[in-house]
Amino acid sequence: MSFQAPIATGRSVTGIPTGRLAMWMLLASEFMIFGGLVVCYLLYRMHNAYWGMEAAHTNVYAGATNTFVLLTSSLFIVMAHHAADVKKDTKTAVKYMMLTVGCGLIFLCVKAYEYTTEITHGYVIQSNPFWSFYYTATGIHAGHVIAGMTAIYICSLDVAKGKQLQRVEFCGIYWHFVDLVWIFLFPLMYIAK
Amino acid sequence: MSADHGYGYYVKIWAGLMVLFAISVIGPSLEIMWLTLITAFGVAVVKALMVAAYFLHLNIEKRYIWLLLIGAILFLGAFYAGLAPDIQNTSGTNWVHCNGYNDANKARILAEAKIADEHHPGIIDHLTHGAGASHLLLPGSPDCTPQRF
Repeated sequence: MSFQAPIATGRSVTGIPTGRLAMWMLLASEFMIFGGLVVCYLLYRMHNAYWGMEAAHTNVYAGATNTFVLLTSSLFIVMAHHAADVKKDTKTAVKYMMLTVGCGLIFLCVKAYEYTTEITHGYVIQSNPFWSFYYTATGIHAGHVIAGMTAIYICSLDVAKGKQLQRVEFCGIYWHFVDLVWIFLFPLMYIAK
Repeated sequence: MSADHGYGYYVKIWAGLMVLFAISVIGPSLEIMWLTLITAFGVAVVKALMVAAYFLHLNIEKRYIWLLLIGAILFLGAFYAGLAPDIQNTSGTNWVHCNGYNDANKARILAEAKIADEHHPGIIDHLTHGAGASHLLLPGSPDCTPQRF
């Protein structure tokens, strides 16, 4: 019995590697999930002025810290991609991938601190529609951060052995999307009062 | 896909993002509505475009990917257009703001019942827990299903 790579990994009608095309397809569907949430939030926010008062209870410093952390993590993962794709330097690529995972951990720690503070002050998911949106959107986003960290870590194991270097780019595409979502969640949930 | 720029290129993009990030935090703190809209949401759009163009390499990506993303945006636009009339239009010939209308109706009936309760004890209990609860509902119409409290 011989094991061969599927034919789809070796050719591409579109000129785009199949793995990358699949990642973009995934992102298009993810776009609908977060886009739907943001659209609903905006529609209701425009009709409920009191949501601004609720947003005043979110921690802007924590949100800003997380924005800084995610933007920096995006820099790390694009540098990992550059190291793997252009420089063929697997050691540097793994280093930047681990830094990205580290940023993800910091993000989750800050988020856990925020959730703890908010819940102990009585702002829970059932409090009112603003907090329902807040916990749903940031919770799903945090789930994506965990998924991204896991994928990056697993891929880094192969990259460290010099295998499957193209997967660094796929991880990067996913991680940048996670960053993009946060870029919009930050002003919506923390800044607009 | 990664152009041969060197690491410094990406650090410069990141530095630009940091400047925009600082603007998006400082601008809204001045609490001027139009400035908040520009610095929070306008700058967020610019930041997102920068990440998409230079980190996601959409500036050099193939046309298929653009078509895929434009398709997703169009679907989202259709979603917005489908929902907006239901959520945003709460008055007019064919629309009844059910929640507000029912709340006002309930408050009026209960206020009247409170006065009547002095002479006929138990009427509020009858309205809120008993068979009279249906009196707190609005009559049905094709556009507004009465809500039970």
